[in-house]
Amino acid sequence: MEKEIYLDNAATTPVHPDIAKTVMECMVNDYGNPSSLHRLGLNAEKKLKAAREELAMALGVNADGIFFTSGGTEANNLAIIGTALARKNRGKHCITTQIEHPSVLNTFKYLEKEGWEVTYIPADRQGIVDPDDVANAVRPDTVLISIMHVNNEIGSIQPVKDIGRLIKGKGMTPVFHVDAIQSFGKIDLKPESWGIDILSVSGHKIHAPKGVGALYIRKGIKVHPVHWGGGQEGGVRSGTENVPGIVGFGEAVRWIENDVDKKYLYLLKGILVAGLKERVSEMVINGPEPQHGAPHILNVSFPPVRGEVMLHALEDKGVYVGTGSACSSRRGNVSPVFEATGLGKEIAQSAIRISLSYMNTEDEIYRAVDLIEKCVRELEGFTRR
Amino acid sequence: MEKVLLLRYGEIHLKGLNRPYFERVLLSNIEKALEAYGDVKVIKAQGRYYIENLGDDPRIYDAVSRIFGIISFSPALKVEKSMDAIRKAAELQLKEAMEAQGDFNELTFKVESRRSDKSFPLNSMELSRVIGAHLLKNFSGIKVDVHQPMVTINIEIREWAYVYHRIISGAGGMPVGTNGKAALMLSGGIDSPVAGWMISKRGVKLTAVHFHSFPYTSDRSKEKVIELCRILTRYCGPIRLYVVPFTRIQQELYQKCPDNMLTLLMRRFMMKIGEIIAGKEGASVLITGESLGQVASQTLESLIVTDDAVSMPILRPLIGMDKIEIIDIAKEIDTYETSILPYEDCCTIFVPKHPLTKPRLDRIREAETLVEGEELIKEAVANVEVIDIKG
Repeated sequence: MEKEIYLDNAATTPVHPDIAKTVMECMVNDYGNPSSLHRLGLNAEKKLKAAREELAMALGVNADGIFFTSGGTEANNLAIIGTALARKNRGKHCITTQIEHPSVLNTFKYLEKEGWEVTYIPADRQGIVDPDDVANAVRPDTVLISIMHVNNEIGSIQPVKDIGRLIKGKGMTPVFHVDAIQSFGKIDLKPESWGIDILSVSGHKIHAPKGVGALYIRKGIKVHPVHWGGGQEGGVRSGTENVPGIVGFGEAVRWIENDVDKKYLYLLKGILVAGLKERVSEMVINGPEPQHGAPHILNVSFPPVRGEVMLHALEDKGVYVGTGSACSSRRGNVSPVFEATGLGKEIAQSAIRISLSYMNTEDEIYRAVDLIEKCVRELEGFTRR
Repeated sequence: MEKVLLLRYGEIHLKGLNRPYFERVLLSNIEKALEAYGDVKVIKAQGRYYIENLGDDPRIYDAVSRIFGIISFSPALKVEKSMDAIRKAAELQLKEAMEAQGDFNELTFKVESRRSDKSFPLNSMELSRVIGAHLLKNFSGIKVDVHQPMVTINIEIREWAYVYHRIISGAGGMPVGTNGKAALMLSGGIDSPVAGWMISKRGVKLTAVHFHSFPYTSDRSKEKVIELCRILTRYCGPIRLYVVPFTRIQQELYQKCPDNMLTLLMRRFMMKIGEIIAGKEGASVLITGESLGQVASQTLESLIVTDDAVSMPILRPLIGMDKIEIIDIAKEIDTYETSILPYEDCCTIFVPKHPLTKPRLDRIREAETLVEGEELIKEAVANVEVIDIKG
């Protein structure tokens, strides 16, 4: 078999070898605890500061607004619960969408159990929410609005810029949180000018190691801590910092900001879509038109071949993709995103998610198109009648 | 004074002249099951085993409780046959029992003695009375109740004196390996591991056969079956798992045979392949997790059709059980949580919308000739993957 082709980058990305080297060096040489008073501690603290500045620079924000976490899930939890707790005396109403990642949806489910009220805004067939729907849902007691930037399953891009403008423009006060875990490093993101108060990002989606993420919190916005300890990260997120992971995150951001052409992902996606459209005419694209969606996510169905079967058949040929909507015939359920966007059950069950990274090559995409076509042809005769 | 385990075995008593054989197998099974617990020593005595050199890993109790052939066991203190030592041991055991009882106003107890060493100066009755009186004098808040005591302090006088208060139920059944070998058709669902466990409990060694339909089933579903085998090995000893590539057979059946017969035809092929593997392994029967009427392929008529595929007997220990009863056992033997992992297995793909529930054997046999059965089976058997699972 030829070298594997990894196209499940929305799940996680391979760590870039140069970044891995930087992380390794940091582990071995800068092993001090940033809170220690001695020189080794200071060295580690300097590394943290440099990484913080890389993130701040990429986002166009102040470095003291960056708070490192253990990853995207923790960042989302902290943003939502921390804001809800900080504002519980002002009101207990929150707004989010029906198509959020589980780390947001399930956090709101928890808040509901604890007495908060949550409005879930629906998305259209393209997986996009209407900014007016969000603005119209705002009440005097709304304390938090949480909207994802890029949907992880179908790659739809939410109009967070418009939403930010609408909700701020009317003198309303809710905190605006954006889960930018899928978008950071891939598309334009300007929290300051878009009216975003809190933003979640994650390292392993952009070739840094797993186990590191961050929140940007606008100056003046209070986030109540959700666990307690030595007061690291301004007391917002106690716990000894994952210095090597954070250094890797910083290095990944630096690499993407300086050495990568962000248009490259759209180029790859274009090759992929054109190739598949030509070769597999029965393909259905789920979610937004490819050029309107995120550059790295393409969700497609090859009905009636089921997504899980397609995934394993591709794996056998060395191509790794995701299903996004995990639905086996046993569970028989459809992912909330597909439910929310009103795609039929058959389309949902045959959906696969192909997601790209800066480390994929054009040649890989051409080969993947060949192999996808081959799998569809092999499998189309053997589907449930 | 040493902490030991005292193991009692059950039905072996019934086996007359075979008894030494059964005891030997059980001894070896105990030794293998406790291999991981360091230098434990298993000693055979009249009607029981002692485990010495226990170490302090509490998981050894779980390991013992899973050995088929053991009906019960007791953590005991092994002491010299002197009254002083026995008194001291009885005190310790009573103290432990009181702590385990938790809240009570007055603890009722009795002492029960057995004496196989008749040279011991006191007889059983006398020994119980003397130790009982000693305990009454030295503990407050306790009272003798010979009919329904909360705690029984047992004393056994043998080569040594053994004192204990707990009797823990064992797995029961018969030593694995004393009743031959069977091939278990293991799908990965809830039923088949329970079926294998039940037959193995009667002393049967298991080999397992799993049908794998990549890409319709994934490496995860295979991993799940390996994990189920691993759980079963805690009871049944090492299991050899045969993973049979089944995709081609399912695809051929799908293309050439009537839709409503697919599941039955598939099961017939499974039985045929199972029979061949059983033959290779020296297993004399097949085991399935079928339960009457649970699904279309498990009606009486369907079972007849399945049986017809092979000449080897098929054991179906779950045949008269309700799903809920099967689930209870699965939970007890720890296979349930693994069984319900949501990966596809080969039985859930290519399921006909309206499967036959009253199939006619002649029609099924006829449909079967639509594919090159022998060729397909030969190819599948030639490509099996063999995985030895030691546990």
